[in-house]
Amino acid sequence: MSTNSTTWSAAAGEPRAIVDLIHEWVTTVDHKRLGLLYIAYALVFLIVGGIEATVLRLQLIRPHNNLVSPQVFNRMFTMHGTTMIFFVVMPMLFGFANYLIPLMIGARDMAFPRLNAFSFWVTAFGGLLLYFSLVGANGLYGAGNAPDVGWFAYAPLTSQTFSLGHSTDFWILALLVSGFGSIGTAINILATILCMRCPGMSLGKMPLFAWLYLVTAALVVLAISPLTAAQIMLLVDRYLGGHFFDTQAGGSAVIWMHFFWIFGHPEVYVLVLPAFAFASEIIPVFSRKPIFGYSVMVAATVAIGFISMSVWAHHMFTVGMGAGANTFFVLSTMAIAVPTGIKIFNWLATMWGGKIEFKTPMLFCVGFLFQFLIAGLTGIMLSCAPFDWQLGNSYFVVAHFHYVIVGGILFTTFAAMYYWFPKMTGRMYSERLGQLHFWLFLIGFHLTFDFMHIPGLLGMPRRIYTYEPGRGWDSWNLIVTVGVFFQAAAILVLFVNLLWSYSRGAHAGGDPWDAWTLEWSVPSPPPTYNFASIPTIRSRRPLWDLKHLDDPDWMYEGTR
Amino acid sequence: MNATSIMLRQPVAEQVPSRGRVAMVSLIGAESAIFTIFVVAYIFYIGKSLSGPAPQDVLKAPVLYSICLLSSSVTIHFAGKALRQGKAAVFSRWWFATITLGAIFLFGTAREWQRLIYHEGLTISTNLFGTTYFSLVGLHAFHVIVGLLCLTLVLIFAVLGHVEPKHEYQVELLSLYWHFVDTVWVVVFTVVYIVGR
Repeated sequence: MSTNSTTWSAAAGEPRAIVDLIHEWVTTVDHKRLGLLYIAYALVFLIVGGIEATVLRLQLIRPHNNLVSPQVFNRMFTMHGTTMIFFVVMPMLFGFANYLIPLMIGARDMAFPRLNAFSFWVTAFGGLLLYFSLVGANGLYGAGNAPDVGWFAYAPLTSQTFSLGHSTDFWILALLVSGFGSIGTAINILATILCMRCPGMSLGKMPLFAWLYLVTAALVVLAISPLTAAQIMLLVDRYLGGHFFDTQAGGSAVIWMHFFWIFGHPEVYVLVLPAFAFASEIIPVFSRKPIFGYSVMVAATVAIGFISMSVWAHHMFTVGMGAGANTFFVLSTMAIAVPTGIKIFNWLATMWGGKIEFKTPMLFCVGFLFQFLIAGLTGIMLSCAPFDWQLGNSYFVVAHFHYVIVGGILFTTFAAMYYWFPKMTGRMYSERLGQLHFWLFLIGFHLTFDFMHIPGLLGMPRRIYTYEPGRGWDSWNLIVTVGVFFQAAAILVLFVNLLWSYSRGAHAGGDPWDAWTLEWSVPSPPPTYNFASIPTIRSRRPLWDLKHLDDPDWMYEGTR
Repeated sequence: MNATSIMLRQPVAEQVPSRGRVAMVSLIGAESAIFTIFVVAYIFYIGKSLSGPAPQDVLKAPVLYSICLLSSSVTIHFAGKALRQGKAAVFSRWWFATITLGAIFLFGTAREWQRLIYHEGLTISTNLFGTTYFSLVGLHAFHVIVGLLCLTLVLIFAVLGHVEPKHEYQVELLSLYWHFVDTVWVVVFTVVYIVGR
C-alpha cells in the first residue's frame, strides 16, 4: 500500500529541511505523531527522574554520607516523585492511548485532533515550568531552587511562611497546567471511544485496551479536577492571603490531605489501568489464546473504577481520623483487592494451556504479573490500619508503591514499547538486547525494591537524608543502591535498542506478531489516514476472523 | 492486506452519541468535581472563622438576581427551540434575553462584592468565611463570565445572519453548559445563603 508523503517514515526517507520537519511535528494534529511526542517527552523525563532517584540512592548508600546537602535531598525527592508521576507515567500512558486507540477501534483520528495537540503542548509546558524552577524560583536574583515540599506537599509546609521564594508556586502551576492537559486528553479519549468506533464494534466487542482506557479517562476527569481545585485554593492562600490551609486562622491542614488524596488514590488507578490494558493485549497474543473471561475483565475494571474513588484516606491512617473513618477505609481498600485479584486470575487463565512465546513483551508481562501480585499483597498488609500505624511513612511504604509503579506499571510499559515498536517504526527491535534489558532490569528491580522492605520493617523512615550507623540499616541500603546500577544499565540497553533498531532493525511488516486487533491490519508505520477504508468487524478479534474464515470468532461470541 | 475484507457479514447498526455532547458532558463532570471540592471546603469551614464578620451579619440572599439567572435557562431553551423551527429572528431575541439576564446576575454579584468589600470590610483574606465565600462565588461568577462571552459570540454571529438551523447542534452544546452554570448556582445559593447563614 503506498503511503502519503506526510507519513513520518516517508518523510525520513527523502532529504528535507530540518526546519520543515520541526514545523511539521510542532503543528501536527495527527494522533500518531502526538502519541509519539508524548512517549518521547516521557522518555526524556524518565531519564531526568531516574538521575534524581540515583542521587537519592547514592546519598543513602552508607550512613553519614555527604554527597548532597539535606536541602538538595529534599528537592531531589520532591522533583523525583512529581516528575515520575506527572511527567513520565501520565504522558507515557496518554502517548499509547493517542497512538493506539483510534487504530484499535477503526477510526482515522481522535475525536478532537486540535484539542489533542493543545493538551500535549500544555502538558509539555507544565513539565518545563516545573524544571524552570531550578533557575527561576528565587525570582531570578539568586541561584534558584526547586520545590522541596514533597510530591504531596502537605499543608503548613506550602504556606508563605515555610516556602519562601517561588519554588512551591512553580510546583503548583506545573501541576495545574499539566492537569488541564490531562483533562483535555481524557475528554478526548472518552469521546473517541464512545463515538468513533467502526461499524460493528459495539462496546462489548471493543478490545479490552479500549475498555480499560475508557475507565481510565473517566477517572482522570473525576480525579484530576479535585487536584485542580486544591491547587487553586493553595494559590489563593499563597497569593491572595486566603486561609484554606492556614491553621493559625482556623484553617485545616488535614483538609489539604483529604483533597490531595481524593486525587491521589484514584490517580494510582489512572496509572495502573493502562498497565492492565497493555497486559490484556500482550498476554493473549503471546499465549496464542483469546483473553479469558472478557466480560468479567470489563466488570472488574468498572468495579475498580468505582471503588478507587472511596479509598483515598488509607493514606491518612497515621493522621488519626477516628475509628469510624479508619474502619470504612480499611474495608474499602481491602475490597478493591477483589476485582484486582480477578484480573490476575484471568491473565493466568489466559496463559494456562496456551502456547506461550517468551518474547521480550511477554517476559515483561510475566514479570508484571508476579510483581504486581506481591505489590498487592503488601498493599493488603498496609490497608490494615494498625499495621499502617507501625509502618506508615517508612521505607516499607516506599518499597510497596515502587513495587506497584516500577514492578507493575513500568514493566508493562516496557512490554508495550517492545510490542508496539514494530507498528510505530516499521522495524523490529533487537530481541537479544530486549532480553538483556529484561534480565538486567529484573535483577536491578528486585535488588532495589525487595530489599527496601526490610529497613522499613526495621524502622527506617522515608525522606531522611542520612542515618546513624549500627541500626541494622547499613547493608540493606547498600544492596538497594547497588540495584540502581543494574536498572540504569538496563535503561541504557533500552535506549541503545530503540535507537539502533529504528535505523537498522529488520523490516517488521504489518503484523509481526500474528495478532488480532485492528492496528495490525494496516502497514507499519500506519499511513496518516490509518485506514484506506473504514473496516467493519463482527467479533473482538477481527484479524482472527480474517485469517480463519472457516472458524471465525463471531460464531461463538454471541453464545457466551 | 485489505482492511475492507474484514467485513464478513453485515454488521448491526449501532446508535452512537454525538462526540460534542460526550465531550460537553465530560467537561461538566470535571467542572462538577472542581465545584464539589469548593463546596465541601465551604461547608467544612462554616462557623470556623476566628474573627468577624460572620455570614449571618453581612450576607443578604440575592433572590431577584438568582431568579434572573435561573430564568435565563428558560429563555435559552426557547432560543434553541426557535432555531430548530427555523425562526432566526426569534432565536436572536431569546438569545439576547438570555445574555441580558446573565449580565444582570453578574451585575448583582458585583454589587454584592462591592458592598462586602467597601462597607462590611470583608475581603478574601479577612477570615475563613471571606476566603471560602469569595472563592466559591468567584469560581461560579468566572463560569458565568465564560458563558456570557461564548453566548455573546453566538449573538454576534446571529446578528450578522450566520446562525442557521444547521447550527442547532453547536447552540445546544452551549446551552448544555449554560444549564450547568445555572444548576451550580442552585447548589451555591443553598450552601452559601441558606445552610451557611
